[in-house]
Amino acid sequence: MTQEFLITILATAITAGTPILYAALGELLAERCGILNLGVEGMMLVGAVTGFVFAVRSNDPWVGVLAAMLGGGALALVHAFLTVTLQANQVVSGLALTLFGTGLSGFIGKPYIGIPVENAFKPVTLGFLSDIPVLGPVFFHHDPLVYVTYILVPVLWFFIYYTRPGLHLRAVGENPAAADSLGVSVYRVRYLYVTLGGMLAGVGGAYLSLAYAPTWLENMTAGRGWIAVALVIFAIWNPLRAMLGSYIFGGIDALGFRAQAMGVMIPSFFLKMLPYIFTILVLIMVTRKAMANRVGAPGALGLPYDREER
Amino acid sequence: MTADFLVEMKQITKRFPGVLANDRVDLQVKRGEILALLGENGSGKSTLMSILSGLYRPDAGEIYVEGRKVTFKSPREAIDAGIGMVHQHFKQVDTFSVAENIILGSKEAKFLLKAGKVEKEIEELSRGYGLQVDPTAKIWQLSIAERQRVEIVKMLYRGSKLLILDEPTAVLTPQEARELFQVIRQMTARGQSIILITHKLNEVMEVADRVTVLRSGVAVATRERQQVNQRELARLMMGQDIIVPSKKNPGQFGQEVLKLESATADSDSRRPGLKDISLTVRQGEILGIAGIAGNGRRELAEVIAGLRPLSKGKILIGGKDVTNLSPLEIIEEGVSYIPEDRLGSGLVPNLGAVDNLILKEYRRPGLGRGPFINRRKAGEFAARLIQDVGVKVTGLEVPVKKLSGGNLQRLLLARELASSPKVIVAVYPVRGLDIAASEAVHKMLLEQRSKGAAIVLISEDLEELLKLSDHIGVLYKGRLMGILPVEEAEPEKIGLMMLGAQPGEVMAS
Repeated sequence: MTQEFLITILATAITAGTPILYAALGELLAERCGILNLGVEGMMLVGAVTGFVFAVRSNDPWVGVLAAMLGGGALALVHAFLTVTLQANQVVSGLALTLFGTGLSGFIGKPYIGIPVENAFKPVTLGFLSDIPVLGPVFFHHDPLVYVTYILVPVLWFFIYYTRPGLHLRAVGENPAAADSLGVSVYRVRYLYVTLGGMLAGVGGAYLSLAYAPTWLENMTAGRGWIAVALVIFAIWNPLRAMLGSYIFGGIDALGFRAQAMGVMIPSFFLKMLPYIFTILVLIMVTRKAMANRVGAPGALGLPYDREER
Repeated sequence: MTADFLVEMKQITKRFPGVLANDRVDLQVKRGEILALLGENGSGKSTLMSILSGLYRPDAGEIYVEGRKVTFKSPREAIDAGIGMVHQHFKQVDTFSVAENIILGSKEAKFLLKAGKVEKEIEELSRGYGLQVDPTAKIWQLSIAERQRVEIVKMLYRGSKLLILDEPTAVLTPQEARELFQVIRQMTARGQSIILITHKLNEVMEVADRVTVLRSGVAVATRERQQVNQRELARLMMGQDIIVPSKKNPGQFGQEVLKLESATADSDSRRPGLKDISLTVRQGEILGIAGIAGNGRRELAEVIAGLRPLSKGKILIGGKDVTNLSPLEIIEEGVSYIPEDRLGSGLVPNLGAVDNLILKEYRRPGLGRGPFINRRKAGEFAARLIQDVGVKVTGLEVPVKKLSGGNLQRLLLARELASSPKVIVAVYPVRGLDIAASEAVHKMLLEQRSKGAAIVLISEDLEELLKLSDHIGVLYKGRLMGILPVEEAEPEKIGLMMLGAQPGEVMAS
């Protein structure tokens, strides 16, 4: 009974953590190139609704995912234009896009509330992997979008630390003037990764509406975009740690759910607060540790870059 | 004939808002030579070299590399053409390793970073030129001199043919500077060309083959090193004729007002900025301070204004010890500070003239009571000051950042002088101003002098110092080399003291 319970909790931690993980990876890419994107929540919502609408219309969830990428990416492109080209304040632009994305998704999704998606993502087993005791049911009884992150996370990690474009990405975030003086196009790099980041946030949203829920509800991200922003700090801008962090958050989320279902006498409001309380605690711990170890935010995070500014 | 030169710049012009940084400048560099680009601060050296290295685009003019006309749209294109610049502020990513910094943006690594291979290449390259660097070290672990070597290796790794060094010795100790000069001489032996940006005459004489002198954005002369001496270079750099114009009223000196006793303070980089400075300024006296940038001019001004703490020594104003008091307490002792950076630390760019003018006065009864400010009285106060100094403003509430440099400076002086200060510290008060505005500023300072203020005037313009000062002190490496009465302060004597000569030695020569 306890082992079964544990397996269920861990497996749910992964499904609950996956939408956050996608969004966190997107935010991580944007912040690595020096752009703080507080529009993740909005991009997730736009991704969730475009993904849902296209999946319902085409009856193919993958078309939905593609649409979610385009939706989230388009919103991120606006962020890039505002913050990179026009050098607008990144916080203000991000907040504006979250508000805009929330409203837009509500508007687009209105006719789709309560409609079921016929062809939602379903768990798929992966042969012998899924038969491994304990690990199998925890890691390999999931839908394809979860498996994508198993590949995406190590690839991104390798990309950031061991490839030339990854080096450029990090350099632009740390010291754009240095990167520029060596012929790395700061603008191009920032546009690219902010947009890619928005696409990933879009997929995170689509995961909610096409796999986790799977349905469309107004404001269904419920702050997961914000948790993703905090998670990037917990991750010290490292994809592997982002994965771990997402699953911890997913676990807390799942635990709250289960506790309620089992009739534990804790007010549901308190259980819903858990992930956010945890976010605050994690931020305090990580920030203190980061200050001691000289690891931390990319040096130029939040700063616009202007070559001729003196 | 153009093929004789590795690089040729023709009629380069570059404007910044309000400043003509380069005015039809010609410059040639031969293969394997060290060309010194000499000029005072603000003469346009760095701008010219930023154009050559692709960071800025010229408004007019042409650049030729090995006889072919080029236009650089970015630093990368300049680097590809073999022109690499080592900036004064190193363009490095602190959290990266040396190797990562060096391969950043280079074409060598295609997709994967082959760290081991690159590190070996860097080690071989740096050993070949006698530039010791550890490719695996992180930048933040390195000393300034090591970081500079990393920059040079970076450019060599990219196949630079012309290396531009922007005031490379400004951050080095004399020993490190000597080593650097040895290295660049070796590099020319291997066919590298070097442009050395500097304002230090002794460096030109020590290491350059030829020298081009810039003054106020214009290339005034190019000479072979053998055919010039330091005196001629100083004359070219500071202006053909330093005429001392007819003197203001003879000084009527009163009591001692400002007194520094063995004042010692750190500069922003850990090295000492001021060492053991003792001086006095009396009522009605202007003490001019000369010195090359980085020798303690700014630190001296900040120490008197209470913006930089003393680590040793004392400051007295009117006999009262004000050492390490807060800036507000120093202001209350009657010190006015006209900083070098008008819009940055002198005025608040986005506020209007009224708000800027009452920044110091609002505490006084009449303009304000408790936390409140009487806007009507403030407006009258500001209007009166503006009329007094003749500032042209389009409106009292228009953000002052829209004013011209001359009007800004008058506005700043109006505020700082309104309280009839006992001590005035003015740093480069006419930098970037046209002649009329300069004259107005000088007149205001001289008025304060006749009213009995003790004035410390810090300037890079010898002519200005000679015109206004009663005494001139010279700073060199944070020490006061001596204070001369202005009658004895011949430009050349001051110039040699700025290079470290004692007044006694100068007399003897």
